Amino acid sequence: MTTVQFTALLPLLGIAGTSMILMAAVAVRRDRRWSVAITVIGLAVSLGFVFVARSAAPCEVSPLLLIDGFALFFFALLITATAVVVLLASNYFARRDCDPEELFLLLLFATLGGCVLAASTHFASLFLGLEILSVSLYSMVAYLRRSERGIEAGVKYLILAAVSSAFMLFGMALVYADTGSLAITLPPAMTLMTLAGVALMMVGVGFKLALAPFHMWTADVYEGAPAPVTAYVATVSKAAMVAFLLRLLAAAGEPTPQLVWFMALLAGASILIGNLLALRQENIKRLLAYSSIAHLGYLMIAVIAGGADGGEAAAFYLAAYIPTTLIAFGVITVLSPADRDSDLMEDYQGLGARRPVVAGLLTAALLSLAGIPLTAGFVGKFLVLGTGVETGQWTLALVLVLGSVISIFYYLRVIVAMYMSEPVGEAPPPNTPRVPLAIAATLAVLLAIVLWLGVWPAPLLRVIHATVGAL
Amino acid sequence: MTLVLLILLPLVGGVAVWFVGRRNADVCRWFSLAIVLAEFALVLRLWARHFHTVELGSGGPWLEVFERAWIPEFGISFILAIDGLSLLMVVLTAFIGVMAVLVSWREIEERVGIYFACLLWVLAGITGVFMALDLFLFYFFWEVMLIPMYFLIGVWGHERRIYAAVKFFIFTLAGGLLMLVSILALYFTHGASTGVYTFNYTELLGTPMDSPAAFWIMLGFFVAFAVKLPAVPIHNWLPDAHTEAPTAGSLILAALLLKTGAYGLIRFVVPLFPEASATMVPWAMWLGVFGIIYGAILAFGQTDLKRLVAYTSVSHMGFVLIGIYSWNQLSLQGTVMQMICHGISTGSLFMIVGMLYQRIHTRDVTKMGGLWQAAPRLGGVAMIFAMASLGLPGTGNFIGEFLIIFGAFPVNVAVTVVALIGIVAATVYSLRIIQTTFHGPATTGFEIADMSSREMLMMAPMILIIVWLGLWPSTVIATFEPSLEALLHLVPAMLGGG
Repeated sequence: MTTVQFTALLPLLGIAGTSMILMAAVAVRRDRRWSVAITVIGLAVSLGFVFVARSAAPCEVSPLLLIDGFALFFFALLITATAVVVLLASNYFARRDCDPEELFLLLLFATLGGCVLAASTHFASLFLGLEILSVSLYSMVAYLRRSERGIEAGVKYLILAAVSSAFMLFGMALVYADTGSLAITLPPAMTLMTLAGVALMMVGVGFKLALAPFHMWTADVYEGAPAPVTAYVATVSKAAMVAFLLRLLAAAGEPTPQLVWFMALLAGASILIGNLLALRQENIKRLLAYSSIAHLGYLMIAVIAGGADGGEAAAFYLAAYIPTTLIAFGVITVLSPADRDSDLMEDYQGLGARRPVVAGLLTAALLSLAGIPLTAGFVGKFLVLGTGVETGQWTLALVLVLGSVISIFYYLRVIVAMYMSEPVGEAPPPNTPRVPLAIAATLAVLLAIVLWLGVWPAPLLRVIHATVGAL
Repeated sequence: MTLVLLILLPLVGGVAVWFVGRRNADVCRWFSLAIVLAEFALVLRLWARHFHTVELGSGGPWLEVFERAWIPEFGISFILAIDGLSLLMVVLTAFIGVMAVLVSWREIEERVGIYFACLLWVLAGITGVFMALDLFLFYFFWEVMLIPMYFLIGVWGHERRIYAAVKFFIFTLAGGLLMLVSILALYFTHGASTGVYTFNYTELLGTPMDSPAAFWIMLGFFVAFAVKLPAVPIHNWLPDAHTEAPTAGSLILAALLLKTGAYGLIRFVVPLFPEASATMVPWAMWLGVFGIIYGAILAFGQTDLKRLVAYTSVSHMGFVLIGIYSWNQLSLQGTVMQMICHGISTGSLFMIVGMLYQRIHTRDVTKMGGLWQAAPRLGGVAMIFAMASLGLPGTGNFIGEFLIIFGAFPVNVAVTVVALIGIVAATVYSLRIIQTTFHGPATTGFEIADMSSREMLMMAPMILIIVWLGLWPSTVIATFEPSLEALLHLVPAMLGGG
């Protein structure tokens, strides 16, 4: 391995190294604050390495990994999001008699897997990354082992993710049988067998991204997993998968009409099903689950549009969606008392009067999810719609409009509950704790990012253009 | 720079008001008043500065322009500009803003800080809509003004406020998103044919388009503006929103938000898509007529006084639709006059209904009657605006409706004739307002106070303006005339129906 390759690989080594140090540290002394410090510092160093690795990019590290601007952009995204989730998890577990140290380890592993996924140019590394990510997620989802819902969600996720991996493997096998190569480069003219292989892989991707009709697990897993883990499932694991999808399609060149049709169906179905099912949810986590199905549907429009513009729009959409979602789950986390997650609509009634700042944060997040101007979500939706219109996907563009109109109804329901309804029952739950400074600062920074991207997206767009656009 | 200040002042002021309001409600009220007064003074200064230059109209219609790059990658810039038309709309916005703060003085007692903040933010958004000359920026403001309005209706409104607020939001958002699709389609069409990808309005003018595409793109804009206007089949958010909103909310909705729809049609739909708009002429005019008659009939049938006034808006805005699609000098002059005068007169009617509601806590006209004895001043003021609403000569509304009818006649005689019936219907419902509330036997014997000096102070400028506009309309016509000429120069006529 040359120095250049080593430099390029630094971010991954940073994450892996952090997990080693954390493992050793936990063996010596079990302490939540201590482990959080190690994890966050390790992630910060890894993030620093991303910038160091820029000098080496693009760099092929064995046929398995390609560390280019695209990969580094996603590294930065995934690592930052993970750091936020770690902080949230620390707050969440401070109130529960359950040690979170292993969760931090699992988070690090999963992020490592996600990063490998984003950098993979080979089916072997792809599968490796995917499995590291998935296996860590199974245990994270079921981490609260005294919670029945948690176990149920974990098992559900385990089975469905395993099935999706099987689909993925079968797809790879078909592509390999046809092309004789495991590298993610597809021949320009796809034979039926390659096409079938790619379609099967799309099914696997669809499971992971929770695109309809492969979305069945989403609501239960979102509801059953601890709030910070749900945040992780909603952001990091999906972003990593989108990175892979973008790479796969970029390798495929001009996608065949059948593939476009297939993806368009997934996108349209996700938007409509996600939004319609979200309408009647009484549980915020389930509501956000269905909304995430719709959001990934929107994102698919940019993916289908393809080309540099599509990739850039998709990347921006993720960069807008991740902080927004993290704020939403962050609010759920800080509001959750020790015995359960505060995810019922009634937990939010009258929140605007009780805790105006927290309610304001959630409002901003919901408006960003709804794509209202001044927020990042608006610019994201604008770009996605732009790629859809540019490539003439009129039906999908109109489905997006319809979906957004439906979605505003259920986002407003939460806002109505917070500002326009009286709290249910007696005074606020007594054991809702104060928000510690670190979490407050984190959420404030996330909010600043969401607003910043909504008002002044040009700098990030430039970065995305230089990195993702070069794919 | 003044233009930016006009938006920043209420925007930043809103944040400040919010913080002040958490400590002291009265300071917050005075502070908000200071901000809207400062805004109004700024606008008046702007008007005074350009009062004579607008008549010259040299160097294009734009009086002031503020332009900065915003997202250059996508050809998005931050362009604010005013011509005479925008200027008058901004003047109206600032004036109604002052009124909105004044009517809320005693009506709002809960969460005062955030209330006034929302009020100021709505004003900032509306001011932005009237000045934005970049389509992205325009859409930005268009949606931004929704959120605080939604909260104004949803938090401080009447009984069915949540239903009304959500309905309002969904209708306007749906229209807005269709417009966004159209904006993007226009952007890419322009880019594909000229190689310049831009959202700049002045550059997008005259984009070559083939006719079916142009029609569909135009329709997206049209629907968004028709929802706001409102044109009849998509008007039904309006009665609910107007009725359930607090007085200041109804005032802003009637006087300003509806005008953004009309403004959009004049500024964007017709100049950007002259041929496609021409095919719309008969449809739009008959929609307008239908709105006039339908609004009038429903207004007559209402028992809720606020709902009644709301339906008169539907009727009045029908004239605006006819005026715009007649597209000649007279009809456009009438349209802008009608926009301003409807803002003042219907706004005043909502203020009067608000005062009544504060005194007798009902809006049901069947429970009112004979209030003139107790409150002659209130009755007198109501009388004046009922007369304005029916288009009595001497009020600005007469000028507006007269010019529209005058301008529409050569375009479509049948439409004009039916629209005239609408004026007669306006007499019926306007007189009914007075008759059922102030005349007749005092059914329940309300003991109510007459108008206070604060209320007199509010209504006096409204009366002066509506009469001044009726007697001396050339003051405002001179201001917006050059911009109308510029628009007519762009699109000389839409006769012939394409």
